[in-house]
Amino acid sequence: MLAFIARRLLQSVIVMLVVAFIAFLVFRYVGDPLANLLSQDAKMTDYEEARERLGLNQPFYVQFFHFVVNALQGQFGVSYRLQQPVSQLILERLPATIELAVASSIIALVFGVFLGVYTALKQRAFSTGVIMTLSLIGVSLPTFLIGIGLIYVFAVELKWLPSFGRGEVVQIGWWRTGLLTQSGLRSLILPAITLSLFQLTLIMRLVRAEMMEVLRTDYIRFARARGLSQRAINFGHALKNTMVPVITITGLQLGSVIAFAIITETVFQWPGVGSLFVNSVAAVDVPVMAAYLVFVALVFVMINLVVDILYFIVDPRLRDGAKSGR
Amino acid sequence: MHTSLTRIAAALAATTMLAGVANAETIRWARSSDALTLDPHSQNQGNTHTLAHHIYETLVGRDNDGTLTPRLATEWALKEGDDTVWVFKLREGVKFHNGADFTAEDVVYSIERAKSEFSNMKQLHSVVEGVTAVDDYTVEFQMAGPSLIYPNNLTNTFIMDKTWSEEHDLAVVQDFASGASNYAVLNTNGTGPYTLVSREIDVKTVLASNPEWWGQAPAVTGVEYLTIADAQTRISALLSGEVDIVQDVPPQDIERLSSTEGFKVETGPENRFIYFGYKFGDAPLKSSNITDSNPFNNPLVREAMELVLDRDAIQKVVMRGQSIPTGIANPPFVAGWTEELDAYPAPDVEKAKALMVEAGYPDGFTVTLDTPNNRYVNDEAISTAYVGMLGQIGIQVTLASRPVAEHSPIILANESDFYLLGWGVPTFDSAYVFNDLVHTKTETHGTYNVGLYSNPELDEKIISLGTESDQAKRDATVADIWATVKADRVLLPVHNQVLAYAMRSGVTLPVQPENQPSMTTVTFE
Repeated sequence: MLAFIARRLLQSVIVMLVVAFIAFLVFRYVGDPLANLLSQDAKMTDYEEARERLGLNQPFYVQFFHFVVNALQGQFGVSYRLQQPVSQLILERLPATIELAVASSIIALVFGVFLGVYTALKQRAFSTGVIMTLSLIGVSLPTFLIGIGLIYVFAVELKWLPSFGRGEVVQIGWWRTGLLTQSGLRSLILPAITLSLFQLTLIMRLVRAEMMEVLRTDYIRFARARGLSQRAINFGHALKNTMVPVITITGLQLGSVIAFAIITETVFQWPGVGSLFVNSVAAVDVPVMAAYLVFVALVFVMINLVVDILYFIVDPRLRDGAKSGR
Repeated sequence: MHTSLTRIAAALAATTMLAGVANAETIRWARSSDALTLDPHSQNQGNTHTLAHHIYETLVGRDNDGTLTPRLATEWALKEGDDTVWVFKLREGVKFHNGADFTAEDVVYSIERAKSEFSNMKQLHSVVEGVTAVDDYTVEFQMAGPSLIYPNNLTNTFIMDKTWSEEHDLAVVQDFASGASNYAVLNTNGTGPYTLVSREIDVKTVLASNPEWWGQAPAVTGVEYLTIADAQTRISALLSGEVDIVQDVPPQDIERLSSTEGFKVETGPENRFIYFGYKFGDAPLKSSNITDSNPFNNPLVREAMELVLDRDAIQKVVMRGQSIPTGIANPPFVAGWTEELDAYPAPDVEKAKALMVEAGYPDGFTVTLDTPNNRYVNDEAISTAYVGMLGQIGIQVTLASRPVAEHSPIILANESDFYLLGWGVPTFDSAYVFNDLVHTKTETHGTYNVGLYSNPELDEKIISLGTESDQAKRDATVADIWATVKADRVLLPVHNQVLAYAMRSGVTLPVQPENQPSMTTVTFE
């Protein structure tokens, strides 16, 4: 078991190195940070000096090497754009993204499972047809359009909910939360719904397919024959057996939601790491971009590691395989 | 656990209290991007200066019509008998936010800091050799030579408190390459009309009016400065009543907002012109099918290109009326602008075709036009429109559209044959345009003269502007240079940009030509 985790951790480090390497390879094509750093009346000599100072005229592999050496010491540099230490910028903005990601995952899970079960049980009902059609729309509409639509209806026309930002926040240690104030909670609703829609439809369709599969199996038929109540059969036996793939998918999706909430964060001006990344790309803020991409790689690697360890515990075949391999 | 609960309680109490005092005098003001830093000498950039002007002050200010006004300096003049020294009389009785007195020592310290190595303001003060405090309220600037326009360069150079700065080790301006951030990036101590209450980067900056300020107390007593990057979200926030004033209004929303009840849009000319540039010199163009000559180097071709540039059509169709077409690469506020220079020829395709034949390019030629697509208002659309117009005389243009961060390095490396750029004139003086766009490209001049136009006679005149001490003579030289620039078609100006601020009815924020509005100018009905 320990050897397995050690091996996986080693692989994780390699993945992150590769991500950083590719990132530095690509950065050369993003543009020149000096376009934003220097003022309009800067002279050619100023450009040369700045290029020299920032190490921008070094080959990309040298820049990559410096980045890795500094990163190993916990130094991610200072943002060109905001002049703040990068690790501090990311840590400050992480709570916003995590709260949004978790809230949207909960919405997706609760409504996804409920609607999935409902449409599986009432396959021929008119409402099922409506839900399935709507889910197709939800999955095919781009996120920014859904966001703008929700803003228009609920903020501009009805004036029920805020159109942007995170509302009032409360500082608990280094964690800045919006969950403890009324305006914070109200601000969370629209972006969380926007971000959850894709996952919601995904989970719903998954649960529905799995449910329909399970409902056809023998043990459900026997359970019916034993005279168990519909409720006990549907939720106690059938649903339970559909949950394994659903949990796997939700877990993996949480990673991509944290990493790629970029569009939702931009539309709602949500102050998370995603909008930090977008602003950094526009300004060619290399230190922030590099640290963010490595961070995203870390999130994925960690979630995969946890999933793998869970499998290892759950699936005896993997354990046996590991033993015989020793 | 105990402390965190106390903190929550305190925060909740603070929110309720804030809600209690909020009234019509607090303005919520949103724009597309945040100030980059609070360090006043680190960045020479509009958004950063805009916020800094609320907290810090400059020696000299500028009215919305472009004229210089007294601010921390009450008067200034060349020293009698020595036209290389500017003497500034300082305002007495001014205090910094921490209570310290404002004196000549602070000015000396701040100008030296603005001149230091990592400051982005240093170019504006490159003509200053030294600053000395004569007494507590008089400062002398020793120039390298006579510099009539120098006070114009002071409108964005902020004065810091010397003692406070030294306490916090601020002698060196933030260096991007260093590993640490300095204290002034997030902390302030100015003399300005507002004090900093809180700041969350890219989210919200809260300001409160400074009761000790020397000027007339502003109507706006509290400012919430918000960043909303997405244009649709920004407009929605105004429509839903969550913000009072919005900057950076997209042209397509101006009409809709003006006709919506409860909202209005203030528009006015911006100090920024948009122009096309092309490569001079005999060497053939890199992106053209003409390999034995440079068509742009032929004055007839340049004339033909101006004759097909339909500036009015671009204003009407591309800019939806939100631009001021111009025939001179100089905004109307700037010294040296005249109505005569501003005039531009009516489009004449037949004449242009004849000129192309006369120039020896009857079938036209191919070339690549480099354009930014996220820097100026509708920049890519302007280029696209001109591509169509050039097609009428056989100039077949391939459009290369890139974000400004990719466009700039190509331009600066003289790699472009044909390009679109915009230029603002923060000193409100023509020399600023000549120095960077017309003077032969060297290490210290003509940085953006990337078409490599070179006219030694003009260069000499341009350099003479820096040290000319006779105003009438200087004006004559400026007019002279403009005449040549226009006759040679060194640049092909399209229009001046127009600024639009949207706000709720009952509030008025006048347009500031450098797009650096101050909340002290807001009036309520």
